[in-house]
Amino acid sequence: MSPDPAEATHTDQGGARRRLSHARVLDVDPLLDDPEVRIVVCCGSGGVGKTTTAAALGLRAAERGRKVVVLTIDPARRLAQSMGIDSLDNVPRRVKGIDDAAGGELHAMMLDMKRTFDEIVEGHADRERADAILNNPFYQSLSAGFAGTQEYMAMEKLGQLRARDEWDLIVVDTPPSRSALDFLDAPKRLGSFLDGKLIRVLLAPAKVGGRAGMKFLNVGMSMMTGALGKLLGGQLLKDVQTFVAAMDSMFGGFRTRADATYKLLQAPGTAFLVVAAPERDALREAAYFVERLAAEKMPLVGLVLNRVHGSGADRLSADRALGAAENLEERGIVDQEDGKAGLRNSPDTHGSSTSSTDPAAPVTSAPDGGSPAATENEESTARADRADLDKERSVDRLTTGLLRLHAERMQLLSREQRTRGRFIARHPEVAVVEVAALPGDVHDLEGLRNIGDRLAAHRAELPEPDAEA
Amino acid sequence: MSRLQVVSGKGGTGKTTVAAALALALATEGKRTLLVEVEGRQGIAQLFETDALPYEERKIAVASGGGEVYALAIDPELALLDYLQMFYKLGSAGRALKKLGAIDFATTVAPGLRDVLLTGKACEAVRRKDRAGRFVYDYVVMDAPPTGRITRFLNVNDEVAGLAKIGPIHNQAQAVMRVLKSPETEVHLVSLLEEMPVQETADGIAELRTAGLPVGRVIVNMVRPQVLDAADLELLRTVPRTAVAKSLSAAGLGGARRGGHAEKLVDPLLAQAEEYAERYELEHEQRAVLTDLGLPLHELPLLAEGMDLAGLYELATELRKQGMS
Ligand SMILES: Nc1ncnc2c1ncn2[C@@H]1O[C@H](COP(=O)(O)OP(=O)(O)OP(=O)(O)O)[C@@H](O)[C@H]1O
Ligand SMILES: Nc1ncnc2c1ncn2[C@@H]1O[C@H](COP(=O)(O)OP(=O)(O)OP(=O)(O)O)[C@@H](O)[C@H]1O
Ligand SMILES: [Mg+2]
Ligand SMILES: [Mg+2]
Repeated sequence: MSPDPAEATHTDQGGARRRLSHARVLDVDPLLDDPEVRIVVCCGSGGVGKTTTAAALGLRAAERGRKVVVLTIDPARRLAQSMGIDSLDNVPRRVKGIDDAAGGELHAMMLDMKRTFDEIVEGHADRERADAILNNPFYQSLSAGFAGTQEYMAMEKLGQLRARDEWDLIVVDTPPSRSALDFLDAPKRLGSFLDGKLIRVLLAPAKVGGRAGMKFLNVGMSMMTGALGKLLGGQLLKDVQTFVAAMDSMFGGFRTRADATYKLLQAPGTAFLVVAAPERDALREAAYFVERLAAEKMPLVGLVLNRVHGSGADRLSADRALGAAENLEERGIVDQEDGKAGLRNSPDTHGSSTSSTDPAAPVTSAPDGGSPAATENEESTARADRADLDKERSVDRLTTGLLRLHAERMQLLSREQRTRGRFIARHPEVAVVEVAALPGDVHDLEGLRNIGDRLAAHRAELPEPDAEA
Repeated sequence: MSRLQVVSGKGGTGKTTVAAALALALATEGKRTLLVEVEGRQGIAQLFETDALPYEERKIAVASGGGEVYALAIDPELALLDYLQMFYKLGSAGRALKKLGAIDFATTVAPGLRDVLLTGKACEAVRRKDRAGRFVYDYVVMDAPPTGRITRFLNVNDEVAGLAKIGPIHNQAQAVMRVLKSPETEVHLVSLLEEMPVQETADGIAELRTAGLPVGRVIVNMVRPQVLDAADLELLRTVPRTAVAKSLSAAGLGGARRGGHAEKLVDPLLAQAEEYAERYELEHEQRAVLTDLGLPLHELPLLAEGMDLAGLYELATELRKQGMS
């Protein structure tokens, strides 16, 4: 393995060794406590822990005294249940069971995309027009969720929540997109469609009937609608056109709100957290995302490296653990071949052990020889010895397992270290906080609190790459 | 084995990896498979360590026994232009539509049009025959969208056939649905032994069935090796620390006495084993849930070294061994 520059050590002014790989540590509590911070956005690629992180931060902020609302998207069923938001009604619900000693409150909601869309329509069109839109087959397909709608609706909802100004802090989860970038791209794409010429083409024939007359409809355009009509079939084109016409008055509003939300995201009161798993693909994507946020002037506060693995025994390398496991296995084989229970000399057959000097060591060596008169006695001793030995062997088997498990852990850990190192080499300016992988998943307030504690602990869960001497 | 193999699953569970391994596994002697990517992420190219794939079928691997794997990354925009060309010879009008943003619209915003093109292209490859009337591809394997979207994705043609009641799109949509709902197609779901992916798998199967789409198998990916067995886990609960310390010491890891090297390892190693036990328990539960789904279950190991081309062939061999090809 070639040395990774990111894993090199250097000495800072104090003379203390500081790891480049820990260039900056993200301090979560000051962020959550800061009254200027009104929005925290958790983004990242699919399945990395966005929803969990958002909920954990929301809970922590609430328990530190802030009035918080968490906007979650597609939470795991049990998590939603434990927060009391498993019913989709698209409004924030107060979460019970939090520690409100500091005077905070936690509200949570699960985004219902279709409902959000419907609400916009209902809120911005008169009754008749709203019905026309809601019943349009084209609208129904669109609102039920195609690429981009969810991202767009999440932004709408965020805008709405912020406008109500009821909360100190809004924590936003982002949709489970294949790529973290979708979240920033989708609303723009929709926006560019709304601004585009196509819309005018689609609107044109609907207006032809009206008094606007033919003069606005040039030949090119009619050819275009002709082509679209042939392609889509007359009915579908008509549906699309009625939809676009009915929505026409609302497009401006969409655009304005999308722009406003976009500006809101760039404002100093917003903090972006990129969540990533310590895996090559996830971190590569996180790096792109960091660059994108910078390009869009969105305020990134740091990276949450979620589900990293540490070890309390990280000074024992994978190789040594495996070597030791083999020693134990050999010892078992030697005993089996021996056939004669209890006739072992020292457990320390490999010379590297110090156990023979251990006063607590059991007396495993049976008395040699013995007079014929003692045969019976000897047999029972031998039986007892065998039982002891069996017990010892099963402990050895367990220990072998412990060592193999450890070796596996250490291999994983060093892969994660390399991946982390690569990210930090590329983006040394980004503050990082690590959250350990818990053995089970996170599905209740207790689990969220645990994640929150870990988010705030600024403890490197992953040891330094050279912890191994 | 159906000729169109669709691979879905929760995000990040290994759809792309499993689809690629399956395409390799199915490419046995002389057989030719086409691996189709629909999400425009060049995941296949990355996996096979080649340059980004153009919108063009090209050979990317030779399987053991001389089979061939072709790959195609479907670009919805180009597919749409193709399609326009096919039906209308709309060469220049197509370009004009593009300038208008219609292509963008159709491939990103218009409901399902994009998905119509993607599924349409895959089905076309399934049905394509050479001059001699033989299928060009023995199998088509699709690296499909995730479970949450798969039913809608595959069913989009039904929806479109409903929206566009007549005309070429209508006919095309129905032709595609005929392939997708026939025994020629199988939809497999990739899962992990974790709660969310398993839940999604169960939900996804129910949805697919409701939609009348043919569900194939469940592939459990990234299965960790069993390191401690039931007996070990039992002993873990009662074993005296000193006994473990002695055993570690005997293994050559230093002193077993209090403060000795081996002794200091006991607690962290036992803690790791407790975590393992907890995970083992969870995995056990999740495996039981998957078994109850009543579908053939396959398991692929977690490759400790991470994925590479060699690992991919390893997974393909494993799929073959387990009778998936
Ligand atoms: N630190 C952790 N330790 C253990 N399990 C975790 C941890 N973080 C998240 N999880 C678990 O991982 C799974 C995925 O997490 P989560 O739903 O938060 O991801 P997500 O990024 O929101 O996913 P999606 O992209 O699908 O929305 C959940 O089951 C969650 O309980
Ligand atoms: N059996 C395996 N052993 C080790 N790593 C694996 C295995 N299968 C997949 N991976 C790795 O897991 C990650 C996710 O796999 P993959 O990209 O195939 O998933 P996906 O379901 O296609 O993801 P997405 O939803 O993002 O398209 C990749 O880094 C891949 O290399
Ligand atoms: Mg989520
Ligand atoms: Mg993929």
